[in-house]
Amino acid sequence: MLQINNLHATVADKPILKGLSLKINAGEIHAIMGPNGAGKSTLTYTLGGRPGYEVTEGSVDFDGQDLLALAPHERAAAGLFLGFQYPVEIPGVSNVQFLREALNSQRKVRGEEPLSGGEFLKLARAQADAMGMDMEMLKRPVNVGFSGGEKKRNEMVQMGILDPKLAILDETDSGLDIDALRVVGDGINRIMRKPDKAVLLITHYQRLLDYVKPDFVHVLAAGRIVKSGGPELALELEEEGYREIAA
Amino acid sequence: MSQPLPTRRDEAWRYSDLDAVAKLWPLPEAEHIVVPAGGQWTRSIVQDASGVQQIQMSLGKGAVASLHVLNIGGDYGRIELDVTLHEGADFTLGAAQIGGGAQTLEIVTTVTHAEPDATSRQTVRSVLGGHATGTYLGKVAVARGAQHTDSEQSVKAMLLDRTATANAKPELEIFADDVKCAHGCAIGELDPTALFYLESRGLPPAEARTLLLQAFVAGVFEGAADADALQALALAKLGELA
Repeated sequence: MLQINNLHATVADKPILKGLSLKINAGEIHAIMGPNGAGKSTLTYTLGGRPGYEVTEGSVDFDGQDLLALAPHERAAAGLFLGFQYPVEIPGVSNVQFLREALNSQRKVRGEEPLSGGEFLKLARAQADAMGMDMEMLKRPVNVGFSGGEKKRNEMVQMGILDPKLAILDETDSGLDIDALRVVGDGINRIMRKPDKAVLLITHYQRLLDYVKPDFVHVLAAGRIVKSGGPELALELEEEGYREIAA
Repeated sequence: MSQPLPTRRDEAWRYSDLDAVAKLWPLPEAEHIVVPAGGQWTRSIVQDASGVQQIQMSLGKGAVASLHVLNIGGDYGRIELDVTLHEGADFTLGAAQIGGGAQTLEIVTTVTHAEPDATSRQTVRSVLGGHATGTYLGKVAVARGAQHTDSEQSVKAMLLDRTATANAKPELEIFADDVKCAHGCAIGELDPTALFYLESRGLPPAEARTLLLQAFVAGVFEGAADADALQALALAKLGELA
């Protein structure tokens, strides 16, 4: 589904990713772990196409398409979802309005009919219910006044509504208490644990991986993947620290 | 006898397109509106062609007036308000100016709190692209003895291009000591982080920008009888700019 080959990327002319390669097949959940400054968030934003994150070398194939040639909204329409470490607050724009427009824009690119207001609300309500989020909250401005946990829950509701093929979740576990962590973990499993979907979890800690079991764990250090293994690698990292493993 | 043409030295015309003003000169008579004590008054103005509208209003004791303005118009669109508030009167202005190309759009207000206990709220949002200029000059004058005046000016401008200009000058002149006069003023650009967030969910860039701009002007038409129509007109104009 996703094939990253020798990816180099710079931010403000500073090289951050230095030859990162990774292959993710449908049905798999991968976790990338790594110390601060390893390039985890840069990888997320580069794959999402955020302005300022410049690819200088390498290629990314997403389901047969050249991902790097697509604009951010086209990547979304192709089935990519980014879960933000810090979901953005947007005063004056209601979640429901924005998500309906976003979903219908994606459907248009894929040649599908737009959802009516009623159909969309039904879908939104089902996803909000599944994440234990009040529908009233979904009518409020995007993330405004939401707690850290509510913002992450809202990311999962958005993911449920948009129903992507591949989700890249950047430190979705940060700022969550134990209960919220379980809810978000369950959400990831419910929405994305399917044979035709895949997930790339980016995290500092092992704890999210107790809820969302990865098939593969990779260690990112200094802009490259320095070690890959099964779920046991995450436990090793937790015990020994990145310094030992990455060395 | 007609007034002489204003010059740059004239503070109220300092940022104006004086060539455009000359074409409109002499200006039509200012409109005089008196809202009697206890009375209520509302109006919406859509300035969608070149022109200068001058309105002088006097609000009697306890009168309530609200004016909503959408200034999108012509090469040069200017709305001037001179409002005098008597005891306990309440005045609301909600205005949006949206311009592109070489448009010059202006809202110039003087709100005089002549007597105690009056309130005034002015909310002005400008969205400017191309080489457009948007100006808000707003003076709040609180007369001696006009205690418990409560006035607020909230002025924000969004520049879509580096070539657009926003001028904002909220001004206070206070001769009473027990008053509340708030003013806030901000000029900025669309938040790139918010834009990327919206685009990452599948919104094309133009739609993401329109959505953020719509949110930016939302609220100024609140309370207008034809709020939906004003909002729709504003949105159409924003769509042209985004």
